[in-house]
Amino acid sequence: MPQAILTAEPVDEAAMAALARQIAPRLKPGDCLLLDGPIGAGKTAFARALIRARLGRDEDVPSPTFTLVQTYDDGTTEIWHCDLYRLTDVTELAELGLETALDSAICLIEWPDRMGTMAPQDALSLQFDALADRHRVRLSGSKAWAERLNGLRHAG
Amino acid sequence: MTDDRIILGIESSCDDTAAAVVRGRPGAANVLSSVVMGQAELHAAFGGVVPEIAARAHVEKLDIAVERALTEAEVGLNALDAIAVTAGPGLIGGVLSGVMLAKGLAAATGLPLIGVNHLAGHALTPRLTAGLEFPYLLLLVSGGHCQFLVVHGPTEFSRIGGTIDDAPGEAFDKAARLLGLPQPGGPSVEATARAGDPGRFTLPRPLLDRPGCDMSFSGLKTALLRARDSVVAAQGGLHAADQADLAAAFQAAVTDILTEKSRRALDHYAALGPARPAFAVAGGVAANGPIRAALQALCAQGGTEFVAPPLALCTDNGAMIAYAGLERAALGLADDMTLAARPRWPLDEASPAMLGSGRKGAKA
Repeated sequence: MPQAILTAEPVDEAAMAALARQIAPRLKPGDCLLLDGPIGAGKTAFARALIRARLGRDEDVPSPTFTLVQTYDDGTTEIWHCDLYRLTDVTELAELGLETALDSAICLIEWPDRMGTMAPQDALSLQFDALADRHRVRLSGSKAWAERLNGLRHAG
Repeated sequence: MTDDRIILGIESSCDDTAAAVVRGRPGAANVLSSVVMGQAELHAAFGGVVPEIAARAHVEKLDIAVERALTEAEVGLNALDAIAVTAGPGLIGGVLSGVMLAKGLAAATGLPLIGVNHLAGHALTPRLTAGLEFPYLLLLVSGGHCQFLVVHGPTEFSRIGGTIDDAPGEAFDKAARLLGLPQPGGPSVEATARAGDPGRFTLPRPLLDRPGCDMSFSGLKTALLRARDSVVAAQGGLHAADQADLAAAFQAAVTDILTEKSRRALDHYAALGPARPAFAVAGGVAANGPIRAALQALCAQGGTEFVAPPLALCTDNGAMIAYAGLERAALGLADDMTLAARPRWPLDEASPAMLGSGRKGAKA
C-alpha cells in the first residue's frame, strides 16, 4: 500500500531545487518518479534540478512537452524525463520505448495519468500544487520508498 | 544559369513527413515544390501537434511525399543534382527512415547524398526566402527550440543565447490551457488578449535583468496560474474580461522578454560589423502581431533589416533541407553511404548544450 512519506512546501524554485537535490543521490536505475499536478505547479522545475544534481553540472534541461522524452546519461545510468501530456493512447508508450526504460533507467514522468494501468506499482509519487505563496509537494510510495527517503529534510 | 542546381530535400525528424524540390544557387533559389504530410492531423488534439512517434508513420508517407514533390516540381529524378536529407537532430526512428530512403535514392541514381542538420535548415531559410547575406542574426523559434544564432556561413553558426526552460510556443500553449482557451495557444491567446488590459495583472519577466541573451518562460506559467486562481477564488469563476486581461498580461511579458533579449543579441551582432545588418525571426512567434511589431520597431531603431520568412517555411518542411543541401553542394560538401542519423546534433558544437539536444527517439 502506498503511504504518505513527506509533504514539502518549497517557497520558490530554489527551494524546489533543494528538495530535488536531496532526492537525486538516493535514486538508482529502475526507479520511477511520477510527477503529478497542474501546469505551473513545479513538475519540470523539480525534474530539471534533479537531473542537474545527478549530472553534476548545469546542463540545459529543456521541457519535454514537445519531444515527449529527453534523455540524459549521468555516467552510471540513463535518466528519462518524459512528458506524456500529448499521448493519446497507452500503446504509444511502447513506441516510445518507455517500458524498457522503466527497467533500466531512472524515469521522471510528468502527466503519469496518461499511463493508465501501465504506471509502475512501485513508483514514487509526487503530487505538485501551486499554493498562493509557495509550492506544495506531497510524496507517497511503498514502505521501501519511505525507508530509502528516511531522513529527508522538509524543504521550505 | 549553369551553376544552378536542383536539389531534392527530405525531412522526417519530427512530427511531419516532408519532401521538396529547390532550384537555384546560394542566396538565389526558388522552391519548385514543397509537400508536407501530417499537418491535417496537427490540429486534431492538444497543443496543435499530435505526436507521430513511430518511424512506421514516416515510412508509410515518405515515398508518397517524394513522389508528389517531384511531380509538383515537374522534374524527374534524372533532373536532380543531389539528394539532401535531415540526418538529425530529432526522433531517431523518423530520421533513420528519411536517411534510409535518401540512401536508396542516391544508390539507385548515382546522385550525391547530402546530410543536413535540421536546425541548419531552419537557420538558412532566410537565405532562401530573402537572400540575406552572412552574417545575420537569427531568432530560431521552432517547436521546442528557442535560440539566438549568428549565422556566419552555411556551416558556421554561433549560439549567443536561448531559453533555459520552455520555448515561447510551448509557453503560449500552456497559457491557453491555463486560461481555458483553444489550442494552438499562440493565435488564441493573441486574439483574446486584444480585448484585455495588460496592466491589470503584473507578471514577472524572468532573467530580464540578467546579462546575456538567455531567456526563461517557465516561471511565467506559475505566475499566470496564481493570478488565475486568485481571480477564481475571489469571484468564483473566470469571466471573459479576466481571461482577456490575463492573456494580455502574459503576452506583454513574453513580448518584453523577447524584445529585451533581442536588443542585447542585436548589440552583440552589431559588434561584428555586418555590411547589411539583418535580424531574421524564424518560427511561429513572428506570427504574433504584438511581438512582431515590437521586434520590427527594435530593428527600425538600429537600422537593421527585419525578416520573417513565411510561416509555411518556418514550420518543418523539406524545402529548407533542400536549400541547406544546395548551400552544402555549392561548397563541394557531400556525404557517402556511411551517413548516420544523429538524435543529438547541436548546430553550434562549441557552445554549451542547448534545447532539443536531448531528444530520444521511437523504436524503428
